[in-house]
Amino acid sequence: MRSWTERLMPTPVRSVMLFVVWLLLNNSVAPIHLVAATLLALGIPLLTAGFRDQQTPFRHWRQALIYLLRVLMDIVLANIQIIRVVLGPNRLLKPGFVLVPLELQAALPLTILACTVSLTPGTVSAEILPYQDDPTENMGERFLLVHVLDLNDEAALIQEIKQRYEQPLREMFEC
Amino acid sequence: MTGLEWVIALLVLLGAIFVLIGSVALVKLPDFYTRLHGPTKATTLGLGSLVLASLLFFNFVLDELSLQQLLIALFLFITAPVTAYMLVKAGLHRNVDAVSATKNKHLMQLSEKQRPK
Repeated sequence: MRSWTERLMPTPVRSVMLFVVWLLLNNSVAPIHLVAATLLALGIPLLTAGFRDQQTPFRHWRQALIYLLRVLMDIVLANIQIIRVVLGPNRLLKPGFVLVPLELQAALPLTILACTVSLTPGTVSAEILPYQDDPTENMGERFLLVHVLDLNDEAALIQEIKQRYEQPLREMFEC
Repeated sequence: MTGLEWVIALLVLLGAIFVLIGSVALVKLPDFYTRLHGPTKATTLGLGSLVLASLLFFNFVLDELSLQQLLIALFLFITAPVTAYMLVKAGLHRNVDAVSATKNKHLMQLSEKQRPK
């Protein structure tokens, strides 16, 4: 039996986030905005609770912060490297597709991994293979299809994505 | 001009340059898949520094509390990779061809197999 707080706030973190986002949107902490924020923060999770899939929880906030900082660093550094590729002549370009074998299975960490790959310059995630409707079902080995702007060393790229991004995500989500 | 204003000016300039490079990439690169790299990247670093500049300017130069820029950054970082993912996926499923220099072109067929029936 769920306690009444759980029933009132099915997703407390999301409620806090909605509250903060609403106040940021209005750029004000006037009483009327506080009331509206509270109503939205309580109401929206209640309305949408029925549509939600159960996601993998994670509690390693410190590791998540380290991961975020690392990704931000990589975005800055790799952007500078990619300028040369973008502004150079097209015939020197070596685009390509790469299949990265995945060890992650759960939907949330996979989403974060795919987004990270897209945000870091030079790579865009294209597809997760094979597609899976039921997240609880184990499909065996899965792959992330990545499009690379300038592909030099395929093995090194796969290694980098796995070590730099997938490994910390696995630790964060304990999977 | 104070030191902070120099930093802000530099950030605005850098941001503008990166957004420009992203737009140039969108026009110049040879095919659909490579073109996608421009806008997704430019938004992350270019708009990131513009947002940071705006944050510094309003909070420390004009001395008024303004954190809306954080929201812009948040929405940007959530929507940019999702848009890119959907565009690539749509391209693959519609058999948009990649330039002949593309390595591992056969991998594009893998995506076809999971096209919705």
